[in-house]
Amino acid sequence: MKSKTLRLYAFAYLAFLYVPVLVLPVFSFNNSQFIAFPLSGFTTRWYGALAADSVLRHALSNSLTVGIVTALLSTMLGLAAARAVTRYRLRGAGAALGFISLPLFIPDIVLGLSLLMLLGAVGLPLSLAAVVLGHLLVCVPFALTVLIARFEGFDKNLEEASADLGEDGWMTFWRITFPLMLPGITASLLLTFITSFDEFLVAYFLSGTEATLPIYIWGQLRFPERLPMVLALGAIILAVSVALVIAAEYIRNLGVKKPMVGA
Amino acid sequence: MSFLSIANVSKSFSGPPVVNDVRLEVARGEFFALLGPSGCGKTTLLRMIAGFETPDSGTIAIDGEAMNAVPPNLRPTNMVFQSYAIFPHLNVFDNIAYGLRKLKLPKDQLRARVEAILATVRLDGLGGRAADQLSGGQRQRVALARALVRESKILLLDEPLGALDKRLREAMQVELRAIQRKVGITFLLVTHDQEEALSLSDRVAVMHQGRILQVADPRTLYERPSCREVAGFIGEMNFFHATLREIAGETATVNAGILGILTLPAVNLAPGMKIDDHILLAIRPEHVRFAASGVAGDVAASTFLGERSHFHVKVAGRSEPVFVSGSAPPAGAVHLEFTPEKLIGLPSDS
Repeated sequence: MKSKTLRLYAFAYLAFLYVPVLVLPVFSFNNSQFIAFPLSGFTTRWYGALAADSVLRHALSNSLTVGIVTALLSTMLGLAAARAVTRYRLRGAGAALGFISLPLFIPDIVLGLSLLMLLGAVGLPLSLAAVVLGHLLVCVPFALTVLIARFEGFDKNLEEASADLGEDGWMTFWRITFPLMLPGITASLLLTFITSFDEFLVAYFLSGTEATLPIYIWGQLRFPERLPMVLALGAIILAVSVALVIAAEYIRNLGVKKPMVGA
Repeated sequence: MSFLSIANVSKSFSGPPVVNDVRLEVARGEFFALLGPSGCGKTTLLRMIAGFETPDSGTIAIDGEAMNAVPPNLRPTNMVFQSYAIFPHLNVFDNIAYGLRKLKLPKDQLRARVEAILATVRLDGLGGRAADQLSGGQRQRVALARALVRESKILLLDEPLGALDKRLREAMQVELRAIQRKVGITFLLVTHDQEEALSLSDRVAVMHQGRILQVADPRTLYERPSCREVAGFIGEMNFFHATLREIAGETATVNAGILGILTLPAVNLAPGMKIDDHILLAIRPEHVRFAASGVAGDVAASTFLGERSHFHVKVAGRSEPVFVSGSAPPAGAVHLEFTPEKLIGLPSDS
């Protein structure tokens, strides 16, 4: 009896989570301008319209650039910080970690607004570079969380053994730390990329005239006739995001369960 | 003369010193053990020799060269870690060849060298084995081979047999000793296992609370410990409070309270003892016998150990039992006799 209620609840909850999301792909294949049931037939023309839109391609390339640069930078910064926190007895490490993670809890609109004012105050132009800076604030905590967890499951003696066997810090990093951290690094790259790629508010404040994909989509919503095309775009982003998250989790677990991949 | 020289080395991490003014000289080719309970500072001392920790004061020199400012990767030492620290992403061959990269050996020479060391540790043919497919004993051998293959001046071993089961541990002890004889490198072993230290080493340093209490060969350590801590840590020992009464020629006479007046060779007294000094009389259980007359007591408990048994004998006027090692005692009340030449006089704690 009790388990039946619980099961019902679980189904209801999952439906609540995923039905709205599934509306996107469903209507993106619907042969009608209007988002309403009943569906009026299958078409791929909205996807075709996407491919033909040069403004969209530009926004997509902006988003990819920002996402990739943000992912690389935040993972590098996260790697350095995670190693410092887990390897050395540092005074104030806990406080530093707290402050690094704080942007996660600051509303993006506050973050975007304050960065906008700061850039104005120091006279820096609004640009994709400014968006990257803003995204770093949001992404470094993610990178740090993933990488610290990985470093904690990593025997510190391995790096010492490498030094003992004659390698300096740099070679130890490339021969031991990097290969063993690779699953964590990959997971961090994917997560920070997605976070940056999907981010709207900070990008909206800081991007100036260069729209990223979310900003482009936001702009399209003013034109009802373009809505199905936006749905098609949303469906693609959804599919790619899900694939990336699954890949990131898979790679991360791969490393956790089987940290000893023989050469 | 001395190969590894540790002079007045101290180290503390927030708190009392972990290593306290340690002086130690180890000879070339020696198998030397640092023995002590956990937390005595032996591993910290080893890590300072390897370069992973920096002494607060004092100097460490190897083969006449001061090591204090030399980073671990440039020191002529190699270490077998307690966790073995086998690189999980490399196979056995690549683990062992790891430290040979800088030599830039031609491929066939590299292979020959790795295979030779694999044979030494009896892992022939296992070069292609992945790190996670090794048993505990095999991991231990890979760690040993990886450290030995570099032919450094000193091999440091941090509780290398601690993770192995008893039978494997005993087999590896014999092998470790044989390998050391074969390669002739100075071995410095850290262990809390007194049996391991005594059976493997040429000399042993007993450490306690950051200090070295005694450095001696295993037999001396067992037969002539320099203080109560050493005597108690290595094997079992009976202690009696006594007062030194007389030293006449080669014989010393002591008043040992409930044991009465006893004589022992004067050389068995710790140096610097004077008449009327309060001393600690010590004797191993195997040097106490059941006899027809002597100190009276009752057997309170016994442990059967196979070829001999261990008895706890209650003696009037003493709270601790006297430990006796031997064959079955006569029934009922017993009398204890002490082999005089095996009695030793240690400085009293107080």
